[in-house]
Amino acid sequence: MTGSIRRRGFIAGAGALFLGACNRIAESSAGKSLFGKAQEWHLAAHRSLADRKALAKEYPRSAISPTFKQNGSRTVDTDFYRAQLESGFADWRLEVRGLVDTPLSLTLDQIRAMPQRTQVTRHDCVEGWSAIGEWTGPQLSALLGMAGVQDSAKFVVFRCADKYVGRQYYESVDLVDAMHPQTIVAHSLNGEPLPEGNGAPLRMRIERQLGYKHAKYLAAIEVVDSLDGIGEGKGGYWEDRSGYQWYAGM
Amino acid sequence: MKKHALSTRVWHWINLICVTVLFMSGLNISNAHRYLYWGDYGFAAEDAWLAVPRFPGWMTIPGHYNLAVARDWHVLMAWPFAVGLLLMWVAMLANGHFWRDLRTTRTEWRPAAVWHDIVQHAKFNFEHSGGKFNFLQKVAYGVVLGLFLPGMVFTGLAISPGFEPAAPWLVDLLGGRQSARTLHFLFAWGLFGFALVHVGLVLATGPLKQIRDMITGGRA
Repeated sequence: MTGSIRRRGFIAGAGALFLGACNRIAESSAGKSLFGKAQEWHLAAHRSLADRKALAKEYPRSAISPTFKQNGSRTVDTDFYRAQLESGFADWRLEVRGLVDTPLSLTLDQIRAMPQRTQVTRHDCVEGWSAIGEWTGPQLSALLGMAGVQDSAKFVVFRCADKYVGRQYYESVDLVDAMHPQTIVAHSLNGEPLPEGNGAPLRMRIERQLGYKHAKYLAAIEVVDSLDGIGEGKGGYWEDRSGYQWYAGM
Repeated sequence: MKKHALSTRVWHWINLICVTVLFMSGLNISNAHRYLYWGDYGFAAEDAWLAVPRFPGWMTIPGHYNLAVARDWHVLMAWPFAVGLLLMWVAMLANGHFWRDLRTTRTEWRPAAVWHDIVQHAKFNFEHSGGKFNFLQKVAYGVVLGLFLPGMVFTGLAISPGFEPAAPWLVDLLGGRQSARTLHFLFAWGLFGFALVHVGLVLATGPLKQIRDMITGGRA
């Protein structure tokens, strides 16, 4: 009896020690830099195992899921947004700015008039669920081509209109993912204008990464050479707020 | 000759650490969305084949719900786990451990022989002639080394959207991304089940000597 209590106490004690050690490692600067390195190794492995332009799987229309889950912000809580939603986003502008030769300010009609890409792809949330939908919009590479990306550019930042739990949403990718053929600025889901809860009027599709990279309620695309000084400097809303991985390909 | 080769011993303990951290951080990740599905997609409770219980803090890394830190651990330990497993397989094939000790023979699969082994096991009689392991041990180690452990790596790769374009066939082979996620979960619990039996049998057969042998190598 005492033996089994002692043994249980030993196991509980060992477990607590182990968890405590894990916490200390996770909070140390060495631990944090190791986590960062592991993430970079995954990025490097993914990009060396597949061509940088290799496509995420595209499905037939018959594979589209019955609904497309809405997650995170489901609206933008401003008078301007509500008025735009009423008017079909007549005054919505998408800016392309930063390290570009010709900054742009595009209407939805101009965006719809560009060459379009339609893709039925799977959306994988960091939480674990997946939904399949058909997205339509111009390739980001085409927009960046129109604006003329300067040589010093390294990242593309997506500025969003929505605040989630009081903070402005934003995201970023490097130029490899920005120029990927399936990276599009989507204005349609399943052949209909993007629903409010899925990011109307525009959202990003970054098909080789998890859902939190796919910025919704897109207002501006900013080309930068560093993520320092943007938000809290970690490259995105969830990266800043909760320490999510900047590379969301795993 | 030693009972356990150096490669086996080093891998055994490194793998124990990797699997423990991966399992416990995995349970934290499971808490983020506690439903499992078959097929390509799945996000609604009514489409799930299993509603997974919420795992309490003492079972998870870190000890409270934190998807970011759990994923940091998972993404880090996946490296020594996968590379270690690959090296262990190379070592097992090269040093003869696989061919000599783990491979089953056709005679061992005869129903009478299998039954005999089960009866002897149930009687806790672990004396066996010829070969290091008896049939049930070979099958258990075979399933762990050949299915559960590599299964964790392949299903883990399959649910990584950045890896998928490198081998889209892998996701198809596993029945879609949500099926791969389900299998990732099932293989993990398969490993947990193995660990329970494994530790139980070590405790039943002279744990101090068994653990010492897995450190020093012991005598064959």
